[in-house]
Amino acid sequence: MSTVVLLGVTGLGLGALYFLVASGLSLIFGLMDVLNFAHGALLSVGAYATWWAASHSFGFPLALLFGTAVGTLAAVALELGLIRPLYRRPREQVLATVGVGLAVPALLSAIWGADARTFPVPGVLAGTFTLVGASVPVNRLVLVGAALVVLLALRLFLGRTRHGLVVRAGVEDRAMVTALGIDVRKAFTLVFAIGGAAAALAGGLAGLYFGSVDPTQGSSLLIFGFVVVVMGGLGSVGGAAVACVVVGLVQQFANYYSTAGLGDLSVVVMLAALLLVRPSGLTGRLA
Amino acid sequence: MTSPLLCVRDLKVVIGGRHILHGVDLDVAAGGVTALLGRNGAGKTTTVRGVLGLVPRTGSVRYGGDETVGMTTHQIVRRGIGYVPEDRGVFVALTVAENLRLAERDPDPAYDLVHELFPELKQRARQQAGTLSGGQQQMVAIGRTLLNRGNRLVIADEPTKGLAPRVVTEVAVALERAAQAVPVLLVEQNLALVRRLAAHCVVLADGRTAHAGPAAELLADTEKSKTLLGVGRRADVTARGGDH
Ligand SMILES: Nc1ncnc2c1ncn2[C@@H]1O[C@H](COP(=O)(O)OP(=O)(O)O)[C@@H](O)[C@H]1O
Ligand SMILES: [Mg+2]
Repeated sequence: MSTVVLLGVTGLGLGALYFLVASGLSLIFGLMDVLNFAHGALLSVGAYATWWAASHSFGFPLALLFGTAVGTLAAVALELGLIRPLYRRPREQVLATVGVGLAVPALLSAIWGADARTFPVPGVLAGTFTLVGASVPVNRLVLVGAALVVLLALRLFLGRTRHGLVVRAGVEDRAMVTALGIDVRKAFTLVFAIGGAAAALAGGLAGLYFGSVDPTQGSSLLIFGFVVVVMGGLGSVGGAAVACVVVGLVQQFANYYSTAGLGDLSVVVMLAALLLVRPSGLTGRLA
Repeated sequence: MTSPLLCVRDLKVVIGGRHILHGVDLDVAAGGVTALLGRNGAGKTTTVRGVLGLVPRTGSVRYGGDETVGMTTHQIVRRGIGYVPEDRGVFVALTVAENLRLAERDPDPAYDLVHELFPELKQRARQQAGTLSGGQQQMVAIGRTLLNRGNRLVIADEPTKGLAPRVVTEVAVALERAAQAVPVLLVEQNLALVRRLAAHCVVLADGRTAHAGPAAELLADTEKSKTLLGVGRRADVTARGGDH
């Protein structure tokens, strides 16, 4: 029983990371039709910035804030500097994001080395607590809590603000939004900022979860982020929230009860099966 | 005619290597309704989209004296254009109220006028636009343009297409009201409606301007309207349908 609880909470913690990655990916693709392969790089930027700040005695909350801010700025710079000039050239846009996705990890290993760097986990978050007989690491709760806060904030933003309204409309029909006199490119920068913030936050929290940061973390989390986005329906934050729970749990349980590594595979198999049954998962903006 | 509000000269549009407009000339009067006519595929929708910068175009489009070729769509629209696209362009995942709110540009949007003309929109404010009938969606699309008192031109692309006769009347009344306040460029196949609303008309054929002049004159000339508009039995029936 305690194993089931531990696996469950750990799965939810992983799912929380996936959600933070996937929500931004999903919004960016939904609005701009850009598959942002640089999203993992934004996560790594956030992870290293948080790690750097935490190692320079910032204190964890402040370090996380710093990492998120740096990731947000990086995302805005990416949109303004690379994505926007390539507007109307989707192939070049994707190539540019792939390039950034490859260059950033290389840059990080050039500066701080390819090896994992130990993340200074603060005492309160290093401990465990008891839940239905299971000894569960506190950091899982932090991850799930952060994802819930981001989910709530995104729903409020999308549902209650004018900018959120523009984003939702743009996901449906970008040209019509401009035909109403709205500069939709501002919404592009905004979703990049939001997606970058969430990814960078995921980076900092991944440092907490894994106890270390390394240059490849971003790319591996990005893969599962994509799986969650496709399952949840492109452009749908709510769909991503449901899918990330499913993916996190399936992966954890399958990895534990079968050979390690099979969990990762089962997630991909699950995605393939879902796409066969409900291909609209791929073009979920209509569903 | 006093100097036109919108003055299109030699408008050309090429999409995916295909020449769609070969040089359209079009004047929209500074008051009343100007009809843009032509058979299916003549290039009416593309002309409108070219004017708004929704498709790449060359030539000259002067609006209120300023050249707008080279501007982006939102810059052009912000100069005071309300647009009712052919497919209505309603956001189906948003509510009626959200669709209208998105279109607000004036600090004091004219909801009183919109709700007076289309009381249904008030009752259905919280309903998802995707669950509306075609006629109700068209009301949303037209309501969006009426909301902004600052509009100086309304462009409506076949606003009565596919609507029930009762709704056609409602839409016609709304267009008439709009035309009292602001010039309208109306793309329309319903000739009864054109006869009722439009003072001037421009006819396109194969991506070019084939005729321009007073609407009544063209519609009175059976021979000419037949060659230009392909008015046969079917069009006559449609025209009568709009009179209810
Ligand atoms: N995006 C496009 N790509 C290719 N061809 C198009 C496109 N839009 C319109 N056309 C073609 O251009 C011609 C004019 O279309 P359109 O402007 O919609 O005519 P109308 O509104 O007068 O019926 C048609 O032959 C149509 O098939
Ligand atoms: Mg048309």
